[in-house]
Amino acid sequence: MKDIFRKRRMWRAPTRLKDSYDAVVIGGGSHGLATAYYLAEHHGMTDVCVLEKSYIGSGASGRNTTIIRSNYRTPEGARFYKRSVELYEQLSQELDFNLMFSQIGHLTLAHSDRAMITMAERAEVNQLFGIESRLIYPDDVKDLCPEIDVSSDVTWPILGALYHEPGGIIRHDAVVWAYARAADRLGAEIHQNTEVTGIGVSNGRVTGVQTNRGSIECDTVVNCTAGWSTTLADMVSVDLPIWTSILQAFVTEPVKPFLDVVIVSSQMHVYLSQTDRGEFLIGAEVEPYSTYSNRGTLPFLESSARHVLELFPQLSGCKVLRQWTGICDMSPDYSPIMGMTEVEGFLVDCGWGTYGFKAAPIVGVTLAELVATRKTPDLIEPFKLERFYADRPVSELAAAAVSH
Amino acid sequence: MTFQVPCPNCGPRPVEEFTTTGEVRERPVESPSRRDLSHYIYFRRNARGVQTEWWYHRFGCELWFLADRDTHDNRVLETRLPTSSRGEW
Ligand SMILES: Cc1cc2nc3c(=O)[nH]c(=O)nc-3n(C[C@H](O)[C@H](O)[C@H](O)COP(=O)(O)OP(=O)(O)OC[C@H]3O[C@@H](n4cnc5c(N)ncnc54)[C@H](O)[C@@H]3O)c2cc1C
Ligand SMILES: [Zn+2]
Repeated sequence: MKDIFRKRRMWRAPTRLKDSYDAVVIGGGSHGLATAYYLAEHHGMTDVCVLEKSYIGSGASGRNTTIIRSNYRTPEGARFYKRSVELYEQLSQELDFNLMFSQIGHLTLAHSDRAMITMAERAEVNQLFGIESRLIYPDDVKDLCPEIDVSSDVTWPILGALYHEPGGIIRHDAVVWAYARAADRLGAEIHQNTEVTGIGVSNGRVTGVQTNRGSIECDTVVNCTAGWSTTLADMVSVDLPIWTSILQAFVTEPVKPFLDVVIVSSQMHVYLSQTDRGEFLIGAEVEPYSTYSNRGTLPFLESSARHVLELFPQLSGCKVLRQWTGICDMSPDYSPIMGMTEVEGFLVDCGWGTYGFKAAPIVGVTLAELVATRKTPDLIEPFKLERFYADRPVSELAAAAVSH
Repeated sequence: MTFQVPCPNCGPRPVEEFTTTGEVRERPVESPSRRDLSHYIYFRRNARGVQTEWWYHRFGCELWFLADRDTHDNRVLETRLPTSSRGEW
């Protein structure tokens, strides 16, 4: 009985770095930790460390609005995110950790004819790949979400929506902790408060990394630092088509549950869900200038609150509980950038912008395969850095411009 | 709070009045290869520190100008009009 109160560490806190590792993962977010886990689980590579300059989950992985979905616009994106959602569906079982994944469904509202056409197109692409996704009309929206204002005498009347049943929300901290615990149990080392300050390269190949806690030899480095990706790529002189900005979010005080579907309006640049605690969780768009400063702004709060009230006037008396920001790595085509670079052994995983949390499992699986086999998996072939030199973007603007 | 940008015409104004097209990039020479042109179009220095950017006073005097801004804390150190001699247009 006493045993249940015993303090248990979820992962070890190794006191010193080894002199060398088979692979070094930089960044202890969902992507870095998932990569370490699948390296061990799928490929038996356990001589791996994850280096995190702060605490794990301190980046965007612990700050996002936790929306999981696969209703992307391009064939490349749709099949990739579909696989990720399928992995998430099994993940609580696999990692033996309650991730509280609630597939409550996801509605992208259309407020114009143009938006209806885009939604119809997305539904077609999705269905081709076996993704549940269809166009619905205001009556159906009202059925799914009786509290929403579907009247026509508002600024942006709802003409319809893209309905994506498997979409939902998850507990983001739990995903980070579950991957960390599983990777640690299989032998990978997680080093927090360990900042990478330099990366050694000789004859075009990675030779090691320097940190505030000493140097390590290794021939493979995976850069999973999202918003900070450029600062690490600079260390090996690899150029990236990334600009860094912040995305903000806020929650209201908890109220009685009345919303059990995710609502997105690209017209109004706002999206929201109600968490298991009853808080309304609301997000918008990245700030339109580049910044590495995690500082929230009042105009964000005002404009998103105003837009939410257009959809849910009954929230007008609700208090704002807290507001925060996270740093995002924006890519030119709203698709990720994954794979090898011109420096041998330096792998990138960036361009996750405002939508990368949903991809953590498939990123981990494919990056681990790339590290272990040195062959690029088919699923991530379209996302190579090289596509920008060849002027071949994979445009997800229509499906990812509203950030989630 | 959000930060202010000193417009060369109007003085310090809230950032929401402006739009920016981001860091100033060096334009490729006369007939660039596809690689050089793509590099110019897509790639960014994305400095964590001071960078020179294009700003436009959209809801104001509609002036295009250059700003040296620190992306670490968003402080604008200097704004000025572009000069062709510095290759800025
Ligand atoms: C407000 C907000 C809402 C979002 N909503 C959604 C959503 O609903 N759905 C969705 O799918 N995505 C969403 N995203 C995006 C998503 O959170 C990110 O794309 C994703 O979490 C990126 O994960 P990551 O592991 O790659 O990076 P991060 O979690 O950012 O981890 C990177 C880590 O690298 C570390 N690091 C940086 N530099 C160094 C260094 N030199 N040495 C060592 N470590 C270093 C950082 O400390 C950080 O912990 C949102 C993001 C934000 C900010
Ligand atoms: Zn002005």
